[in-house]
Amino acid sequence: MKLKQVSEILHAKVLTKAPWEDLEVQSACGCDLMSDVLAFVKNQALLLTGLVNPQVIRTCEMMDIKTVVFVRGKVPQAPVLELAEDMGITIMTTDFPLYIACGELYKNGLGGRGE
Amino acid sequence: MAEKTINLHYTIDGNNFTTAGQASSNIKKVLKQLGVYPEAIRKAAISMYEGEINTIIHGKGGEANVAISPETITIVFTDNGPGISDIDKAMQEGFSTATDEARELGFGAGMGLPNMKKYSDSMTIESQVGKGTTVTMIIKLN
Ligand SMILES: Nc1ncnc2c1ncn2[C@@H]1O[C@H](COP(=O)(O)OP(=O)(O)OP(=O)(O)O)[C@@H](O)[C@H]1O
Ligand SMILES: [Mg+2]
Repeated sequence: MKLKQVSEILHAKVLTKAPWEDLEVQSACGCDLMSDVLAFVKNQALLLTGLVNPQVIRTCEMMDIKTVVFVRGKVPQAPVLELAEDMGITIMTTDFPLYIACGELYKNGLGGRGE
Repeated sequence: MAEKTINLHYTIDGNNFTTAGQASSNIKKVLKQLGVYPEAIRKAAISMYEGEINTIIHGKGGEANVAISPETITIVFTDNGPGISDIDKAMQEGFSTATDEARELGFGAGMGLPNMKKYSDSMTIESQVGKGTTVTMIIKLN
């Protein structure tokens, strides 16, 4: 799924500056436990989370996750966004809560573990 | 790949959650520059990051020493923290004594040590209660 479609489905706002609309994700994971992300996530995934600290970005860096959607309208602080920009990670924020955001993406065809 | 062994040393600040992950980030960059194949980089990055976080949130800070040879990546974390009284228990998925502060950052699932074991080719833990902990992981490069 292209990020443009993701942003439309979630009515999300993109907070990073780099071009993003044509980037693709193969799967998604909704999670607030970074160790679970580190244990289970496959490549080219999108992470949906309610946590907005720098460790989320570090975790994505380790896992080569290139897109993060912050749920419930959360917006990270400037240093977190800067870190994301440095890592080439696209950050979005949506007003949907985690469960709904995941459900909407799933309903529209974005699978779990790259199925 | 590295032609001879490269040794890297990192001090890990136990009081600063915002810099947590810098050592792992640096290792990942070095491995990429060396042209190590992606699967090994991924294994090393995950193992290193989980170890770095544990050194901060449980070990109260310490150091990491990483040796990259043509055959292996060896990662050693050392801290002078509280130690682990029951290593078998600590290795179980879901066991965690993480503080609320660590949990608020997304840690404390009790998955770190199992992840480190899963992603490294060998892992050993030496620990003494009240003295500290040393975790050694080896990832093969072939
Ligand atoms: N360096 C250390 N010093 C002291 N205790 C440790 C150390 N590393 C791990 N432990 C103990 O082992 C437990 C399990 O560690 P593990 O990394 O598996 O889980 P966690 O850090 O609690 O949570 P997670 O890694 O999922 O965020 C810890 O909760 C802690 O009690
Ligand atoms: Mg841990």
